[in-house]
Amino acid sequence: MSLRNKVSIKEFSFYYGSVPALKRINLEIRANEIFAIFGPARSGKTTLLKSLNRLTDLVYGARHTGTILLDEKDIYDPKLSLTQLRRRVGIVFDLPIALPMSIYENVAYGPRLNGITRKKQLDETVGKALRSGALWEEVKDRLHTSALRLSGGQQQRLCIARILALEPEVLLLDEPCSGLDPISTASIEETLTRLKKDYTIVLVPHNIQQASRVADRAGFFLNGELIEEGTAYQIFTGPKEKQTEDYVTGRFG
Amino acid sequence: MRINRKRYLTQNVAKILIWMAALSTMGVMALIILQVLSEGIPVFSPRFFLDSPRSMGREGGIFSTIIGTIALTVVAIVVATPLGVGTAIFLGEYTREGRISRVIRFGIGCLAGVPSIIFGLFGFVFFVIYLNMGWSILSGGLALAAMILPTIICTAEEALKAIPYSFREVSYSLGGTKWETVTRAILPNAIPGIFTGIILGVCRSIEETAVVILTAGSSLIIPTSLFAPVRTMSVHFYILAREGISMEMAYGTGAALILLVLFVNIVANWRLNRYIRKRA
Repeated sequence: MSLRNKVSIKEFSFYYGSVPALKRINLEIRANEIFAIFGPARSGKTTLLKSLNRLTDLVYGARHTGTILLDEKDIYDPKLSLTQLRRRVGIVFDLPIALPMSIYENVAYGPRLNGITRKKQLDETVGKALRSGALWEEVKDRLHTSALRLSGGQQQRLCIARILALEPEVLLLDEPCSGLDPISTASIEETLTRLKKDYTIVLVPHNIQQASRVADRAGFFLNGELIEEGTAYQIFTGPKEKQTEDYVTGRFG
Repeated sequence: MRINRKRYLTQNVAKILIWMAALSTMGVMALIILQVLSEGIPVFSPRFFLDSPRSMGREGGIFSTIIGTIALTVVAIVVATPLGVGTAIFLGEYTREGRISRVIRFGIGCLAGVPSIIFGLFGFVFFVIYLNMGWSILSGGLALAAMILPTIICTAEEALKAIPYSFREVSYSLGGTKWETVTRAILPNAIPGIFTGIILGVCRSIEETAVVILTAGSSLIIPTSLFAPVRTMSVHFYILAREGISMEMAYGTGAALILLVLFVNIVANWRLNRYIRKRA
């Protein structure tokens, strides 16, 4: 883990219409760490995640104040290319959403958009991404069959591989194991720990146990506010705030 | 006990009525088709399909009217499909519900409710006379395109609406632009629905009489250009029957028309199922 800040969130508030979803968040995420954002439902976790690659732009009537920096550059700068930002900051959603096309085409979707069209190069990118996503061994003989025939866990690893094919810098994961069995979950957690070397990972964990297993640092969110942040060890063993302690020890949530 | 008997009775009466409704619909349909086919099929022969009509259609075949029907339908579909699908994409993907989309929807609703003879009149005044295209394949095809446009727009829009929002989110999150998202993540999945609308348009074009008689003329000569007048099978049928030229030939034409529509539907279904199976 380096100490360089990859993402800096500064005084960031976000509103759906007039309803605030995030309230003046200040948070630094360091390069090559796994940062866990956890908290109860409707605490603003997903909104924060989607703000990091501006997928929140798709929501009608949403607005924000404050800003977010990626490598010291404002991601809301009007001159910045949105497609470029989304290539650098990839997201995996809570439900595995495989597009109804072949496994190969799913992974090749992003690289194709980025102008990789030569078959050989595409083959290489897809193979590499599926290996990093720990799915290669299971699908290498049926790359051209429909992705919809994969199991839930496989589809979620496909979604991770699909993002990795873009070689992003930051990986956002929104409860990537929510619908999965323990074995698939273990396989994805293992993948994440391995990927940390090359990526900065922001994870909304499936539960506290998962956060404590994989995260380097963590932040506790409640009702759109960042209550506390710190190293995972400190947050999960000796939180400073009463609310964090109540949540971590299972008194609510 | 008594209540149970009443419920039992209601249940059975409802069942009988609903069966009767379905059966009588099917019965009427079967009756029409069987009547036309049984009167028409005896006229069928290779010459009937391969010769053009002679002496007003009393003799010869219906070859030129088959060509006319196909030519008009092709023009109508080629014009209406990009316009209709484009409009549906605009309404579904490029604009939020607002004044513009409401005006367009209102327009589509009005178009859909207009009787076909009005499209014929419009085509006659605008394409045939004002644009000086005369009675021709082009005039007829354009008027038919206007008629089937609402059908294609509505079905395409429904098909686009049925694509989960998450597909769009995935495509954007992988760095896709709006256009790339529409063409790569949305349209390929909406194709079965859009295709259904196009086939409806094809069938309506094949069967349409009122529009065509006012815009494409009733020439029995095999057309050689888009500006040539033609007579379609439905117009041929109408003229043969109405002028009392030959009921025999009229039934033959009608039977051929029904079989053509049936054929289009069967082929379309088959292609569609193959497309869906290949992707699933």
